[in-house]
Amino acid sequence: MGNIRLSNVSKTFGTQEVIRDLNLNIEDGEFVVFVGPSGCGKSTLLRLIAGLEDVSDGRIEINGADVTDLAPARRGLSMVFQSYALYPHMSVRSNIAFPLRMAGLDKAAIDRKVAEAARVLNLTDYLTRKPRQLSGGQRQRVAIGRAIVREPTAFLFDEPLSNLDAALRVNMRLEISELHQQLGTTMIYVTHDQIEAMTMADKIVVLNKGVVEQVGSPMELYRTPANLFVAGFIGSPRMNFINGNEAAKVGASVIGVRPEHMTMSPDDGRWCGEVGVAEHLGSDTFLHVKVDGIGQITARAPGEIDLRHGEKIFLSPEPGKMHLFGQNGEIVSASGAVS
Amino acid sequence: MARTLTPKRKVAFTVLAWVLGLLIFFPILWTVLTSFKTEGEAIANPPSFLFFDWTLENYTEVQERSNYLRHVINSVVISFGSTAIGLLIAVPAAWAMAFSPTKRTKGILMWMLSTKMLPAVGVMMPIYLIFRDLGLLDTLLGLTIVMTMVNLPIMVWMLYTYFKEIPGDILEAARMDGAQLGQEILYVLAPMAVPGIASTCLLNIILAWNEAFWTLNLTAADAAPLTAFIASYSSPEGLFWAKLSAASTMAIAPILILGWFSQRQLVRGLTFGAVK
Repeated sequence: MGNIRLSNVSKTFGTQEVIRDLNLNIEDGEFVVFVGPSGCGKSTLLRLIAGLEDVSDGRIEINGADVTDLAPARRGLSMVFQSYALYPHMSVRSNIAFPLRMAGLDKAAIDRKVAEAARVLNLTDYLTRKPRQLSGGQRQRVAIGRAIVREPTAFLFDEPLSNLDAALRVNMRLEISELHQQLGTTMIYVTHDQIEAMTMADKIVVLNKGVVEQVGSPMELYRTPANLFVAGFIGSPRMNFINGNEAAKVGASVIGVRPEHMTMSPDDGRWCGEVGVAEHLGSDTFLHVKVDGIGQITARAPGEIDLRHGEKIFLSPEPGKMHLFGQNGEIVSASGAVS
Repeated sequence: MARTLTPKRKVAFTVLAWVLGLLIFFPILWTVLTSFKTEGEAIANPPSFLFFDWTLENYTEVQERSNYLRHVINSVVISFGSTAIGLLIAVPAAWAMAFSPTKRTKGILMWMLSTKMLPAVGVMMPIYLIFRDLGLLDTLLGLTIVMTMVNLPIMVWMLYTYFKEIPGDILEAARMDGAQLGQEILYVLAPMAVPGIASTCLLNIILAWNEAFWTLNLTAADAAPLTAFIASYSSPEGLFWAKLSAASTMAIAPILILGWFSQRQLVRGLTFGAVK
């Protein structure tokens, strides 16, 4: 069981309010990702759950029990740090065995569990090495090994992949997702990378300036963002925002259209513009189009499109894929309602 | 382009390094050689380098004239004592500044260092008078206190840089892994901090052992360490080079041997934190 509930949680550092009156329920076995720009309070929130920071106000419950004032070790959670935080003077084996030793397990049980974790994480050949003799990916796996041997109620990951190179990051992403499938344990994962959030999460919590902007499955956030912030943060390339007259015509303050929901035509469409930069990725082409009176619009087309700088093009939003936002930035009409 | 060393340049640099090394080592070598000469040969011009009548008479005479062992004991008490007391103060101080820094931590560190910029002779008078009134002149206790105060800023700075290098994440990881405070210190902190503490101790012992200003000015006979023992051979009776050299050799031998055995630790300590 790994149900975690936060009620009216606040955290202030001095006079600065980092987390404001936050409520969140994390179900057993869920993979929850906290995502947001740097400084939004996502790491602080994770540390509050871990017990590494004390809440200023509010209540944290794990499986129904109030843990607000409990020491980190007694909350039954494991954490994987961005810097790996391995014990440099200990071998891989001792690193993984450390939490078990602290829990007072006998040697036979420790050996068995370490061997099992090493097998799962492909670390069996490295057990006698010191952390400095390992690559970044291997170190991260040791950190994960140290977390799983305790069989915690939930895993906490604090930007675990940001120190790895791009290719390795994709691999580790898959490995962590795989691990979640195998263990079925609740995982809370902090990242600023919306692609990690989209690919791994069962549930995404989008944070901004210490406030939850929206909670939902990746597809919910993608299809029906609650406000401008979430609409701009989720999805790559970023959603196009159009304001002014064009927006007023449909009774909104801002219109949002994702680049992949733009149709292109050489001779007919809603907006006419001039191609600025065309980015050819092979699988997709990103066109940055300058439209008079609107500004720059990004459009994404599958495959290769042979358009050059300065060429004229018409863009139209796909029917039903336009998001309308009101004065306060909140959604007034979900996609599909307006065409 | 990566910097490559051509064989020619490599030879040149090697020669240069040896020359510099020998230049630095030469005075010590000359002192040791002179200690085995007679007083006559010691002042002979031109001096003989290796071909002279080797004699141990200086050592026996120095031994007869003064109590070498007592000076050694004084030196050991002062250098080890001041290091031990210094550690008791510096470890918690550096610890607090490294792990719970405040707005003023940097300022306090700079202020501590600034005390080292003041020439020692500048505070000679007040310290001498205070020591006189407290009856600390020429006592081991007094000298140990002075040595502790003189070297404390360096100890705090060295330990601070060491502790700074211990990532806070690792301590938090230990806390998450279920370590109690005692276990956290024993299994995680101590193994990472011990090399730093060890090199700080070594450096401090060497500095205290070699310190001559305060030891000469605040001692007479009872508490005189080896530095005072050497100085006593540049006496009003005139210079006795050979005996002075014998005394010097005997005085530096223990610390040289200690330094030799701990050089790896020492170099690591002095360059720690220079390269991340």
